[in-house]
Amino acid sequence: MTELAIEAHGLCKDFGKVRAVRDLDLEVPRSRIYGFLGPNGSGKTTAIRMLCGLLTPTAGDIDVLGCSIPDEAEALRLKVGYMTQKFSLFDDLTVMENLQFMADIYTLGKTFKKQRIGLAIERYELGRLVGQRAGTLSGGQKQRLALAASTLHDPELLFLDEPTSAVDPENRRAFWESLFDLVAEGTTILVSTHYMDEAERCHALAILDKGVLVAQGSPEELRTAIDARIVLVESGQPRRVGKLLEQQPFVHSSAQVGNVLRVMVSSELSAPEKAVAEVIRNHGLSALRCTTSKPSLEDVFVAATRARKDAA
Amino acid sequence: MKSLQRILAIVSKEVRQLRRDRLTFGMIIGIPVIQLLMFGYAINMDVRNLDAAVADLAGSSASRQLVMDMSQSQIINLTAQVSGADQLEHLMRQGKISVGIYIPPDFDRRVQQPGRPAAQLLVDGSDTVVQGAAAQLAQVAQRARTSAYNDHPPMMEIRTYYNPERRSPVNTVPGLVGVILTMTMILFTAVAIVRERERGNLELLITTPVRTSELMLAKIVPYVFIGLIQVSLVLVLGHFLFHVPMAGSLLNTYLITLVFIVANLALGLVISTLVHTQFQAMQLSFFVLLPSILLSGFMFPFAGMPRPAQMIAEALPLTHFIRLIRGVMLRGASLQELSAELMVLAGFIVVLMSLAIMRFSKRLD
Repeated sequence: MTELAIEAHGLCKDFGKVRAVRDLDLEVPRSRIYGFLGPNGSGKTTAIRMLCGLLTPTAGDIDVLGCSIPDEAEALRLKVGYMTQKFSLFDDLTVMENLQFMADIYTLGKTFKKQRIGLAIERYELGRLVGQRAGTLSGGQKQRLALAASTLHDPELLFLDEPTSAVDPENRRAFWESLFDLVAEGTTILVSTHYMDEAERCHALAILDKGVLVAQGSPEELRTAIDARIVLVESGQPRRVGKLLEQQPFVHSSAQVGNVLRVMVSSELSAPEKAVAEVIRNHGLSALRCTTSKPSLEDVFVAATRARKDAA
Repeated sequence: MKSLQRILAIVSKEVRQLRRDRLTFGMIIGIPVIQLLMFGYAINMDVRNLDAAVADLAGSSASRQLVMDMSQSQIINLTAQVSGADQLEHLMRQGKISVGIYIPPDFDRRVQQPGRPAAQLLVDGSDTVVQGAAAQLAQVAQRARTSAYNDHPPMMEIRTYYNPERRSPVNTVPGLVGVILTMTMILFTAVAIVRERERGNLELLITTPVRTSELMLAKIVPYVFIGLIQVSLVLVLGHFLFHVPMAGSLLNTYLITLVFIVANLALGLVISTLVHTQFQAMQLSFFVLLPSILLSGFMFPFAGMPRPAQMIAEALPLTHFIRLIRGVMLRGASLQELSAELMVLAGFIVVLMSLAIMRFSKRLD
């Protein structure tokens, strides 16, 4: 058994003249949650669809759980689960009917089917909902049902495409807890998201921007490796200070959080907070406080996508 | 075994969804019943009771005999007696009559002269069916002439086989079975796959181990039963309301219908793999439906159509089914006698199913 669940090299996908995914190299270790972080249209869904054999790559090699994709996609079906971005179970069937349908489609044996459905209902708190039509469920309930359905056959690898886009924070939290339960049982999970807090929970991340992988690693690694420094500026005139700072060549970006400016500056400065304070003072504006801060994942994301813009 | 489990899972899902879709469920029953009543009573190619007026300027016993013969044919319904040809023309322009009978003052003398027409039939040619009816009427007149001249029997006796009373429902109802099935069956499967594509269900289904052939088969099975229910409805109503005879065996009727149902469902599946939205699926279904109704021989005799139209008609399952069902129900033909047509329908199934399975891809690109 290989240590990697997914291995892909030079993955490309063109839709007509548009290149949705470009030269993607990916190594996803087993029993981990691996995240695709990126804005809408960054190629996350396309990449996931290629990895599970729904789309044929324009170029590149994919190996998923020892199956060469897309040629051996059918052999892979029993080993993977896929939760689509849009709720894709049947609205006009009840929760129980949906689960039974999926169990039969995966041809689970009679006893195993009963046992797995029972477990799923208990684990994903669907007990009170079994007789309810799926179309009438709330966003969080639908998502629990979808996760239950895609894990009925106990897949080794689970693809989740923006699973929490229609879910409130409380349900999102519970959802991620159940993902870690699955990982503890040995399941590998590949999840796409555009939420930073979700990306933060992943063991490892790939940041995608316009179809290109711009950074890869654990959240901690990514934060450490960031090629920029963060300075927090507290000021009574945050808008004016922000505009001024953005004009400085050593400042990459500035974002306001309450009355605090989060300023990303070049990593080449030895004392960035002093440089920032000096610029503000020289222009006759005032700053109450300038301090350096630990970069967040959002900073990593901004820095990574910015680097590409400069290169282009 | 696993294949069967998957097929059964999809079949029972389809049946559940169908049961919960009240409108569709209602249409399964409603469409055949309404269509049968509508067509059974309305489509009447055998024209009777055309409004007519007569201008009998001769006023002789022979002319009165002719008018009586004509009205006894039941083709015309005499509504007025007028005094001249211009009045007949006036009534016709007003649309009050379709036929005018003009009997000139010298009618009795004209009858004696076989070279000259004795009377005139004014016909509203704006309706081709009326024209056909008028030809029939002229024959009545022909009979009147010969019998008035010398007591010879009419030159030709018309004898109609299989539908001696020439009642239209006898011809329409068996064909109607085919039209209704074409209408409902193609549409059911034409939207079946594209609907799941639109709702996003398909993206889930194609990531499961279900095979294309299993999916296609499972999509057909529930609708076969629906088709058989519809056929039974039409046959029962046709029998009780229109006294449509069943000359052949009921089993044969169901057998050929079963083959026809599957052929239509397969055609619908092909449509479903060609289109991207339910709207397109409907458009394409109607694209097949209209020529089926017009060219299959249901409305107009196949023999009378130009060669290119006949070639198109041969490519429509309904054409072959009309021949089959009229053969079985009206002429009492056996399946052996109709085996050629049956083979054509079976051929349709094989080709269309293969096409549907080949066209459907478990990929999104």
